[in-house]
Amino acid sequence: MHDPTSPHSPPRRIGSWTLIATAVAVAAVSFGYVGGWLAPHRLTPEKLVNQLQDNAGTFAGYRRNHAKGVCVMGYFDSNGGAQPYSVAQVFEPGRTPVVGRFAIPGGNPYAPDSSVPIRSMALRFAQANGQQWRTGMNSMPVFPVATPQAFYAQLQAQQPDPATGKPDPAKVGAFFAAHPETAAFLAWVKTAKPSASFATENYWSLNAFVFVDANGRRQAVRWRMVPEAADAGGHAGKAGDADYLASDLAARLAQGPLRWHLQVTLANPGDPTNDATKTWPDDRRTIDAGTLVLEHTEPQDSGSCRDINYDPLVLPAGIAGSDDPLLPARSAAYADSYLRRTSEEAHLPGTAAAHMPPEKTR
Amino acid sequence: MKTDPNTFTLAARVLHWLMAVLIVAMLFIGVGMVASVSERHEWLLAIHKPLGIAILILAIVRLAVRLRHPPPPLPADLPAIQKLAALASHWLLYFLMLAMPLIGWAMLSAGGYPVMLGTSLRLPPIFPVSPVAFAVLRQLHGGFAMLLFLTFLAHMAAALYHGLIRRDGVLPSMLRGRKTVPALIGYTDPPAAEGTNEVDTERTD
Repeated sequence: MHDPTSPHSPPRRIGSWTLIATAVAVAAVSFGYVGGWLAPHRLTPEKLVNQLQDNAGTFAGYRRNHAKGVCVMGYFDSNGGAQPYSVAQVFEPGRTPVVGRFAIPGGNPYAPDSSVPIRSMALRFAQANGQQWRTGMNSMPVFPVATPQAFYAQLQAQQPDPATGKPDPAKVGAFFAAHPETAAFLAWVKTAKPSASFATENYWSLNAFVFVDANGRRQAVRWRMVPEAADAGGHAGKAGDADYLASDLAARLAQGPLRWHLQVTLANPGDPTNDATKTWPDDRRTIDAGTLVLEHTEPQDSGSCRDINYDPLVLPAGIAGSDDPLLPARSAAYADSYLRRTSEEAHLPGTAAAHMPPEKTR
Repeated sequence: MKTDPNTFTLAARVLHWLMAVLIVAMLFIGVGMVASVSERHEWLLAIHKPLGIAILILAIVRLAVRLRHPPPPLPADLPAIQKLAALASHWLLYFLMLAMPLIGWAMLSAGGYPVMLGTSLRLPPIFPVSPVAFAVLRQLHGGFAMLLFLTFLAHMAAALYHGLIRRDGVLPSMLRGRKTVPALIGYTDPPAAEGTNEVDTERTD
């Protein structure tokens, strides 16, 4: 190409070429660092979701956590009780349609309902103004850990040993010993039993959020869904039924709607908003914001909750995230999980083909 | 202001450098937010969406400016392959700066997300809710971002090549205009005429 006799050929100058190469290299390396490719120690959403897959297996098309669940439809009747604290339209007196999902934790969509004592409720409130409130709640008042890094360490410790198909008790023990903040959760889990019904559970927001009123005043809050149903439930004992929660829910809804009361707890100044392992003192003011009414259920494979990412930071004006470090991590990891399962649904090249977890292969 | 056919118009230059900063920032924000689980994820995402719409609006204005005021011709002596590369990469850049925000907007629409530009400003959806479409658009958004970054690297390298190696007035035409800029870059021998490639007398090869 280069012809030194041509007056049109670019002069070769080592200094200039070096400058050009340096500019390109600096830009590319910075990009690689910010994008995480050159920062292998950074905890990324991808790593978190990979670890969830390592623990439970990869089930194409399913959520990477809380994979087993059912859709529910209904509405929220606001009584206006939260309106003085939040301008969110959902808290104005009136009705907001809800698409929700009950689930159990873990990445295996075929796990028996009795395998974990925790149940979860996710809700999407669709406000008339087009804004949405999405929330994912669990049936325990505290989360085991306070940070995404600790959550990642917990998942790593709980990864099944390929030899036994079960987590290594030594690793699990070492994790909890190294993380004293898990004490409140461990105390809860000691008394917790897998419930016979989704309907009788309380569901806590776990993370703190911030309500914003018409004057821009910010109030830290947590919320909880308190069930009206209080019976013990009748379907749990049936031997061999691993999916009793869905059948119990369908049986109850056939009798009539199920109701929960949205209880919003207002933090006092100084209450920690960045630590999901700690509850706030019992004397904090709690307001009843209205009633959640669930009327129908649908299987998750075809139901209207299937394609909803219950990202807890999809919030309407009037509700904001707090400084809880778990919130952005949940948002980021859910987005990664959502991209994986929708890509699998679209059969995009390079997406996971389903395979069973190690303990299920034989 | 007089119109010099050898330089970009003031509007084109202002749009170029403003958008250069915004687009490069946007690329770093984009890859940074999807690779983070920290609070950075949230505040970068909060910038990403309104900034994307700002870039979309600026890109439309810029396209109009470009069609109204054609850019100065490339040096006549530029090899055909380089001319082709310049032309193709410039239209690729235009395509990507328009497509990226639209794909991002469509992708959030397809995913069923409210497209929030702030705490209360919401854009209408521009695509029906569809998980398959979401996946395709989201992968396209990421893939085009990589393509845009590579095109930016090539564009920057080519600009420096024109400015430092060829010294053919292409870089000054986007900096301030050919008449005055060479001094700024430590080059005191202005090209005599359009398309004339200066000869570096210090060349030793």
